[in-house]
Amino acid sequence: MDAAERYEAAFDEAVAADERIEPRDWMPDAYRSTLIRQMAQHAHSEIIGMQPEANWITRAPSLRRKAILMAKVQDEAGHGLYLYSATETLGASRDELLDKLHSGRQRYSSIFNYPTLTWADVGAIGWLVDGAAITNQVPLCRCSYGPYARAMVRICKEESFHQRQGYELLLALSRGTPAQHAMAQDAVDRWWWPSLMMFGPPDEESAHSARSMLWKIKRHSNDELRQRFVDICVPQAEALGLTLPDPELRWNEQRGHHDFGPIDWSEFQRVLKGEGPCNEQRLGQRRRAHEEGAWVREAAAAHAARHRTPRGGSRPEQREERTA
Amino acid sequence: MTDSVRTAALALGDDALVLSQRLGEWAGHAPVLEEEVALANIALDLLGQARVLLSLAGDEDELAYLREEREFRNLQLVEQPNGDFAHTITRQLFFSVHQHLLYERLAAGDGPFAPLAAKAVNEVAYHRDHAEQWTLRLGDGTPESHERMRRACEALWRFTAEPFRPVEGVDVDGEALEAAWLEAVTEVLERATLTVPTGPRSLSWAAGAGRQGIHTEPFGRMLAEMQHLHRSHPGASW
Repeated sequence: MDAAERYEAAFDEAVAADERIEPRDWMPDAYRSTLIRQMAQHAHSEIIGMQPEANWITRAPSLRRKAILMAKVQDEAGHGLYLYSATETLGASRDELLDKLHSGRQRYSSIFNYPTLTWADVGAIGWLVDGAAITNQVPLCRCSYGPYARAMVRICKEESFHQRQGYELLLALSRGTPAQHAMAQDAVDRWWWPSLMMFGPPDEESAHSARSMLWKIKRHSNDELRQRFVDICVPQAEALGLTLPDPELRWNEQRGHHDFGPIDWSEFQRVLKGEGPCNEQRLGQRRRAHEEGAWVREAAAAHAARHRTPRGGSRPEQREERTA
Repeated sequence: MTDSVRTAALALGDDALVLSQRLGEWAGHAPVLEEEVALANIALDLLGQARVLLSLAGDEDELAYLREEREFRNLQLVEQPNGDFAHTITRQLFFSVHQHLLYERLAAGDGPFAPLAAKAVNEVAYHRDHAEQWTLRLGDGTPESHERMRRACEALWRFTAEPFRPVEGVDVDGEALEAAWLEAVTEVLERATLTVPTGPRSLSWAAGAGRQGIHTEPFGRMLAEMQHLHRSHPGASW
């Protein structure tokens, strides 16, 4: 056995024993690149995912709801920051990852390409989108890569809180005036199928699944998680007094699960290709914020360079003249 | 609740509410991710203060969503549009230094706002530090950032006397507050290699006008956006 094979064997053994892989440990190149891709796209999703909800901050209908929504959007920015930091432990830089997002070389979750058209959409996102994200992410708390798993523990705690708030928002609407109830139902009708698509393509078409499961980056298949989510949502929808827009949805005694209708995978593919309702808008806003903020980042860098405290020394009293 | 306490609670509450609303517009547009967190954090603190203050004066949602432009009592400074990041930072600097000095004094007194001010003064100290640090970075950053800060200071300077006009129910020495503000702001601007603007700190239109419900044009549009949904469903709860 040569050195490379010994490393590989030690890695496989550690993963098999459910030990955590840490940044300085040897890892296969493909493991590293798979994680960079997945974690970066997760980070991008948090950052792009701020937009559909931020769309309602200035219009939230009560001060209490406005405060909850602001706190949530702030948390999402924080999650993006944790995840970029965790990705940087694999040797990528945040600038490089943002550049890949802005140039379309890395993706973000397809769900954020749908528009928030009414206030109830904020509740539907909390309940369904965050609910689907949690179903996907809780198993990641046991992911084989330590920094990712630890980031997910913190993120999942906050996400469950948001999910309950979203549910509670919808409940208030559902039990409110007829117009509010209709608004809630309409939002659930529009967000249900896109939320089911968040679990990714069916197992037989999922390109990275097998290897990710072997490496314990993934613990369950897309279809398993999707089924788990449907089973959780059905009684919650009943408690909300809202219906789910699927005539084929029913309990299957034999399987012990809910059967549900077919997903329109052609829509999913179109959204992934950039043809969803908001792809252009979301990426456009992100690029614009970055471009318009360039002078601010340059100023901060210039200021820091000029005022850098020498190692072990104190900041000089006399500053140099500003250089053009 | 005396009328003067209500007047004061509305003035201070509207300042916090309106500035929070402006900062909320930044979400998803900040120049760097850390500022998404910081600006939302400041907006959230201000909204929290607004809710306490407006609740002292009545029902927070009725006051926020059902008053018209002429009934709002906030300073003209806080309703100014965000502009570029330099504009926002300058508005934050001018307001947060004022608010910090004011809340320190209110917290030290035994008036009806002492408990609120004692709690909020730590938040406001953070807002002030955030604005001061960015003023230094931008003023003493690149030629472009320096120029943008210079323009923002010139543009907003005309709104900086209004905060020191006496407000019924706010028991502080306005002149001393103003002197302390001018000293603190001058110090930061000079450290940031910026010059203190020489224009008037109060134009006839801006002098005490926001506190009397006389606002600038962008304010009505801001309120229309803020209140639209609430007003579309009279009597609904959310």
